[in-house]
Amino acid sequence: MSNEGIVGKFRIDTLRKKDLPTSRKWMQALTPYGFVAPVTVLILILTFIPIAIVIGYSTLDNVIMTPESKFVGLSNYFTILTDGTFYVAARNSFVFTVGSVGAHFVLGITFASLLNSRLLPGFVKTIFRAIFILPWLFTVAIIAILWRMLLNPNGVINYFLVSSGVVDVGVEWLSSRGTALLAVTFINIWAGYPFFMVTLLAGLQGISRDLYEAASIDGAKPWQQFRHITLPQLRPIIISMVILDMIWTSQQFALIWLTTGGGPFDATEMLPTYTYKLAFSNYEFGLASASAVIILLLSMVLAFFYIRHQKARD
Amino acid sequence: MAKTRRAIDRASRVWVIVGLALGATFAGFPVVWMISSSFKKNSEIFAYPPSLLTDGFSADAYLSILTDPEKLRFFANSYLVALSVTALTLVVAVLAAYAFSRYEFAGRKSLNLIILSVQAVPPITLLIPFFSLIVTLRLYNTYQGLILTYMVFTLPYAIIMMTAYFNTLSKELDEAAKIDGANPLKILTRVILPISVPAMVSVGTYTFMIAWNEYLFALTLTRTTDMRTVPIGIQLLMGQMSYEWNEMMAMSVLGAIPILLLFLFFQRYFIGGLTAGGIKN
Repeated sequence: MSNEGIVGKFRIDTLRKKDLPTSRKWMQALTPYGFVAPVTVLILILTFIPIAIVIGYSTLDNVIMTPESKFVGLSNYFTILTDGTFYVAARNSFVFTVGSVGAHFVLGITFASLLNSRLLPGFVKTIFRAIFILPWLFTVAIIAILWRMLLNPNGVINYFLVSSGVVDVGVEWLSSRGTALLAVTFINIWAGYPFFMVTLLAGLQGISRDLYEAASIDGAKPWQQFRHITLPQLRPIIISMVILDMIWTSQQFALIWLTTGGGPFDATEMLPTYTYKLAFSNYEFGLASASAVIILLLSMVLAFFYIRHQKARD
Repeated sequence: MAKTRRAIDRASRVWVIVGLALGATFAGFPVVWMISSSFKKNSEIFAYPPSLLTDGFSADAYLSILTDPEKLRFFANSYLVALSVTALTLVVAVLAAYAFSRYEFAGRKSLNLIILSVQAVPPITLLIPFFSLIVTLRLYNTYQGLILTYMVFTLPYAIIMMTAYFNTLSKELDEAAKIDGANPLKILTRVILPISVPAMVSVGTYTFMIAWNEYLFALTLTRTTDMRTVPIGIQLLMGQMSYEWNEMMAMSVLGAIPILLLFLFFQRYFIGGLTAGGIKN
């Protein structure tokens, strides 16, 4: 070990004596740019150019469908922002997102605390952790189909509800106006809590046991320990997770598309399904682009808070 | 004092077990029902009263999927696309993460910020321009079109996670190799990568999952049945005249197997890497 050190030092000295040729200096300065070149090109092609294109499209009439589309300024935005369905979609997206993220947090922290309990042996916790992670293994398309079967009027969930007397006859959860939004939110809660749970569990394992020991000697009850130790310690993780989950949930398309398609009527219409239909059902690519740009701006507000929070933690 | 403490522990242990059991039912019952349904006859799916094991128990649904070339093609397509995306993402992310971790250069901060923000760009915003770009580039209904577009989802995470990992490796490793006359690319491939296998496994797993699960772009950027991936394939089963529930459930089980295997093998790496990259960074 010490031998290598001496050899290393000797070589540094010999290197320093010779001045590097200018071309090599240039090479050295350019090296990091070589490393980031592929990702820069890809981000340019996959994000910057597409965003420029979609902004361009949003100012055109009949774009894509006809070769000569004419410039209409902000008129597409005006049409979108005066369309009642847009506000219904925005409201549904809001309810869906807040409901999902809130429940993801509550379930995530509850399950993570249970799995972190010192009262159970490790193998029991390993088994339960594997079970709790299960929803994470399935793609949204699978989750959508599975829950269509479970929530079918003749399905197993209605069977339990009817036989236990909660409801009289099987409920059409996904095709009644009154229950569809609740049902898709519930499905999304089931699908999405494991990510919260896993991250919070890692966070819980990082909190020193000493804090809890000291608190219980002072007579703090479990709930007080949770409020005054656990929550403050996990705060940075929780904030990151909540913002990230809001970004992802508000962009959810496949789950809605494959369970209700935004219906019945517009009961579960969300901003992504609304935009998709404008483009690929109505072929109104100009209007769809305007809606897509509005969604982008809303997401960027969330991104701003996320990045500011991440920066503050560094 | 010690005795009361033990009594309290016993009481709380009961509550913990009750909580775990309720949670396990919530998480696990739908999955149990999926597996059970995949072994039923289609006519038994909504039988009254429902039961986990029926007289018609058979693996017919699996057989009919595994012997149908059209359905096997969905799986082949998904594997091809997901594995290609994983390989390409790893190469591009490792290069970028190495620069972020080891070099100071003008534009580093801005590029980092851009990569963070790309995570928040909604897929639906990119869909319309991607559609016309992909058509213009003659990549509509091709594997290349899907592979290229999926990288917009996979790269930001992969770079953030890899950078976080490289930052934990001592810079003396690089210095020593540099003194031996190795060029930067050689340092990366011969010195850094061999000790970065855990991080690459975790990034690779995450990337594979994103690509395997993607739905919106696969729906819009491919057209013919022979180009469809598993998530769209499951939907196509639903779109036919009658719902083949047992086959859909069998295909769901088969579609989840690659992810399940990745989890079983790499769970430790994966969760560690995810929390390191997503949260601490």
